[in-house]
Amino acid sequence: MRSLGLDVLWKGKNFVRLLGGLWVAVRISLISVAISIALGVVIGVLATGRSRVFKAVFRVYLEIVRVMPQMVLLFVVYFGTTRVFGWDLSAEFSAILVFSFWGAAEMGDLVRGALISIPRIQYESAEALGLSGGQVYRYVILPQTVRRLIPLSINLITRMIKTTNLVMMIGMVEVLKVAQQIIEANRQSSPNAAFGLFAVVLLLYFAICWPISRLAGYLEKRWA
Amino acid sequence: MKKVNKFLALLLIGALTLGVLAGCGKSANEPGSTAGDDGFRTLDEIKESGVINIGVFSDKSPFGYVDENGDYQGYDVYFANRIGEDLGVEVNFVSTEAASRIEYLQTGKVDIILANFTVTEERAEEVDFALPYMNVALGVVSPDDAVVTSLDEIGPEDEVIVISGTTAETYLEKNNPDIKLQKYDAYAEAKTALENGNGVAWANDNTEVIAFALQTPGFTVGIPSLGSADTIAPAVTKGNTTLLDWLNDEIVALGEEEFFHTDYEATLLDTYGADYEDTLVVEGGAA
Repeated sequence: MRSLGLDVLWKGKNFVRLLGGLWVAVRISLISVAISIALGVVIGVLATGRSRVFKAVFRVYLEIVRVMPQMVLLFVVYFGTTRVFGWDLSAEFSAILVFSFWGAAEMGDLVRGALISIPRIQYESAEALGLSGGQVYRYVILPQTVRRLIPLSINLITRMIKTTNLVMMIGMVEVLKVAQQIIEANRQSSPNAAFGLFAVVLLLYFAICWPISRLAGYLEKRWA
Repeated sequence: MKKVNKFLALLLIGALTLGVLAGCGKSANEPGSTAGDDGFRTLDEIKESGVINIGVFSDKSPFGYVDENGDYQGYDVYFANRIGEDLGVEVNFVSTEAASRIEYLQTGKVDIILANFTVTEERAEEVDFALPYMNVALGVVSPDDAVVTSLDEIGPEDEVIVISGTTAETYLEKNNPDIKLQKYDAYAEAKTALENGNGVAWANDNTEVIAFALQTPGFTVGIPSLGSADTIAPAVTKGNTTLLDWLNDEIVALGEEEFFHTDYEATLLDTYGADYEDTLVVEGGAA
């Protein structure tokens, strides 16, 4: 069997650099996911409300997020705001802004979908029991919604984690970029390093996404 | 009504969180990345801040890459460090991609791009190029027993290997339409095809074919420089004349001590060997 070139991992600070890159990816995605969930819930609930204006705005917002590639959004926020307004946003802030913008829209739509999937009769029965509007949501609707939301939001969250590698386009060095740097720096001495290193990156992404999936599975069972 | 209030409160919290984050984002800028209103920093502003932002490649060995200790290295980086030294400022390296180099300059997020930037007319309309410090041209590599030293030696039945979408393909199709081309999509395929003798020669960027010939015994670069010779130069934001003038003076001054030959010997010698030093290096901005 030919060498996978994994020895380059132990050269100098390479492995620590790779973990440092992973931390950048995890940091951006965790902050963005937290903001997305918070805003997404609010947006989703409002989208099932009566306000037609809000519904229209939400539709436009969601379509923008769906149509625009995340990379374009990153360029617009990082470079575009400097050109147009002269703001000098840091790369990390731009990234969090873009990922939250994306996550909040999709999360909002998931929340909206989960909410309307709760049969009308649940609302009516709760009201018949004398619960107030807030109580209906708090004790009847939200627990059922959350359970339906978990698998859907896990898909979104892991997708967000994996998409963070786009931040290399605005100068941030995350785990995939570090891997490319290591591969290129050793192109002569270990030409096979690419395969081994990308396998390591795969394992690192897995190590982050797997616990999230497990947690989701656990919550689903517990709340079922 | 109560419900609505609650949600408005939540929305407000969300907005506040974003606001706080925005504050963080603005205060947590990278050192010295404060472009003025005109979109770039003048020479004096850079000196005053003590930091110059230079955009380089971080994964294009041997021109700009990061070594195992996390330090930037390579032909472009060697020059960047000298710029920092002569300006008396620290160098903040920014990892750039080929597609974002012009954006970085136009928004003033870097002061100089030193990322193997080939001078072209289209690019010169977007950014200002300083004097060149390297040559790039096309090269043709062929087996030792049948070295092609001129395109005239290629017979009507012979096929030349090229990679689709490269400048070599465009050049040969335009200037030598009689030569039969054998096109491949990837570098590795073209390499194997040449090694298997599928074509008489392989035409590509001269840096690529020179590196290939050095690493692969039995092959020689018969034509090291073909077609219109392009150059590689530092670039600054359009209109940043103070920095551009300083860079041009610097490149001329460095020519007197043969700085780019020293740079070549420190960074490119392992990949391209000593034979091509004068083909690739441009000293003092003049070819």
